[in-house]
Amino acid sequence: MLVGATNSSLAQEYREIIPPEDFARVPPDRLRQYLGLTRQQFEQMDEETLKDLMSLRIEAKAQMPDDPDAELNTTEWRYLLGPHQWTGYDRPAYIWQPVSQIHKYNLLPLFIGSLKTTFVALLFAVPLAIAAALYVSQLAHPRAREWLKPGIELLSGIPSVVLGFFALIVMASFFQALFGYPSRLNAFVAGLALGLAVIPVVFSIAEDALTSVPRSYTEAALALGSTRWQAAWQIVLPAALPGVFAATVLGFGRAIGETMIVLMASGNASIVSWNLFDSTRTLTATIAAELAETVVGGHHYRVLFLLGALLFAVTFVANLVGDLVIHRLKGRLEGRR
Amino acid sequence: MTAPLPSLRARVTPPDAVSPAPTHGHPPLIEVDRLSLYYGAARALHDISFAVPERLVTAFIGPSGCGKSTLLRCFNRMNDLIDNVRLEGTVRIGGEDIYARDIDVIELRKRVGMVFQRSNPFPKTIFDNIAYALRLQGLRRKSEIADIVEQSLHQAALWEEVKDRLHASALGLSGGQQQRLCIARAIAIKPDILLMDEPASALDPLATAKIEDLILDLKQQFTIVIVTHNMQQAARISDATAFFYLGELIEHDATSKIFTNPARKQTEDYVTGRFG
Ligand SMILES: Nc1ncnc2c1ncn2[C@@H]1O[C@H](COP(=O)(O)OP(=O)(O)OP(=O)(O)O)[C@@H](O)[C@H]1O
Ligand SMILES: [Mg+2]
Repeated sequence: MLVGATNSSLAQEYREIIPPEDFARVPPDRLRQYLGLTRQQFEQMDEETLKDLMSLRIEAKAQMPDDPDAELNTTEWRYLLGPHQWTGYDRPAYIWQPVSQIHKYNLLPLFIGSLKTTFVALLFAVPLAIAAALYVSQLAHPRAREWLKPGIELLSGIPSVVLGFFALIVMASFFQALFGYPSRLNAFVAGLALGLAVIPVVFSIAEDALTSVPRSYTEAALALGSTRWQAAWQIVLPAALPGVFAATVLGFGRAIGETMIVLMASGNASIVSWNLFDSTRTLTATIAAELAETVVGGHHYRVLFLLGALLFAVTFVANLVGDLVIHRLKGRLEGRR
Repeated sequence: MTAPLPSLRARVTPPDAVSPAPTHGHPPLIEVDRLSLYYGAARALHDISFAVPERLVTAFIGPSGCGKSTLLRCFNRMNDLIDNVRLEGTVRIGGEDIYARDIDVIELRKRVGMVFQRSNPFPKTIFDNIAYALRLQGLRRKSEIADIVEQSLHQAALWEEVKDRLHASALGLSGGQQQRLCIARAIAIKPDILLMDEPASALDPLATAKIEDLILDLKQQFTIVIVTHNMQQAARISDATAFFYLGELIEHDATSKIFTNPARKQTEDYVTGRFG
């Protein structure tokens, strides 16, 4: 595993048992590792406490489920990524259940959750933001522009917890009444709220890109008998495509990295489903919700750390690919290829 | 620019007289009647009346800032795009008042093409630059578009230079080639009138000569109005010349007359290079 060798197997944990009577015979270091304590913790404990801990382990072993899954190290890649038929399931499944007795760490439901909400957010926000940018930069009267532009950009000043609250209380009820789907909080509602956070990011950059297209292109188009709308849509937008694309990539980064809105509005159920109206759980919300309750250095902690690393990798690759595309588009516009 | 000539202020123009147009028997196509134009409070054109004859080349000359470009932009209503522009008087093209309420500005601009001082091809391929103009006209058939693109490039004397790279970006062309592409784009949609605002001012003598040949060729088909600061150029290519000074039309006559025997002193001073 990426973040160091970890074994989450229950059986492994209880394979070896040192009875409290053996306390004096085991070397202290060995005992410390057996109990999973740090050096400092170990030194602070007296003999009684340590013996209690040793008996607790024996009790825990007695309660260990009689389950072949207990033998598995669930942090192996095939359990992290692939489906597995856990005891009690009738077919292989992707399960994220880190605090059950058998720690199930499948990442797929979380990835799907992040992708679904991001997809909805971009689908909603990008066209709207670009249309708004096109309108404000090309068609709006200068006086309207003066308050429209800061007005939209002010959206980015709304704290995401406020957007999340709004989604949770207002949007969720409204859309449920409208579409009548069963789960009130779902990827769709979370995605729309996320879109509200993405719009100002995409708008601001796209508007800059569109405004910096030389006026002479618009003049040439108008002089040929195009309408202002045709000039904006057919000439200015293609000329600003690299910048508009960059805005979209940035919007993607904002959407996939946003935590609070999805934590509040997505329902947080780690379900593998492509249905947008099912509750869902994202990578970011998972880290935010669970990290505080994990043992530092433990397998759950490490898996959450892995999630963070993967999130970083995804945004990094997205930006890299975005940059390559932008370079190609620029090259084509400037006649270098 | 040197100080305004004293005689200029003393000039008397009968208020509603249209300057005698050197028509060579060509009927007037653009008729300007008592046209004044204000940018906010500043008056850029003052009570201008004259006519541009059909299928001839009319040159606008005059010192910088005298309103040549402003007047040119009145003919295709590009001034509409500027805030705070106010216009008095009338401009008629083919007898129609182009500032009348029911005029379709889009249609007007399709009939009155324009070539700008700085070449401004779109950041598209050479082919698409011209095809865009044709698609605006509602042309859809690919073969028809390809034919007209080739024909316009031939007319603009650019075909030989670009025929192998029609689908390369227009921004890869040289300045002179770009300007000829803009001309090709403007004539592709067969306007009645071609307005050219210093089309060769950014070009070297060779490229300028090519554009001039092109203009002489195009006047068979189009009525051309060209703004130029180059007196030799005006003398070489135009049939009629109008001299402007500080927003007023000083003299409008046959080019040969303006350059050899102008009626007014300011015109003579300007064309002989004594001021401006
Ligand atoms: N968009 C505008 N807003 C305000 N004033 C303008 C505008 N365009 C031109 N003017 C003014 O109108 C007057 C005429 O300008 P115009 O561009 O028509 O001159 P020109 O004869 O074309 O000069 P040049 O030979 O330098 O191109 C100038 O005094 C100029 O400052
Ligand atoms: Mg000018």
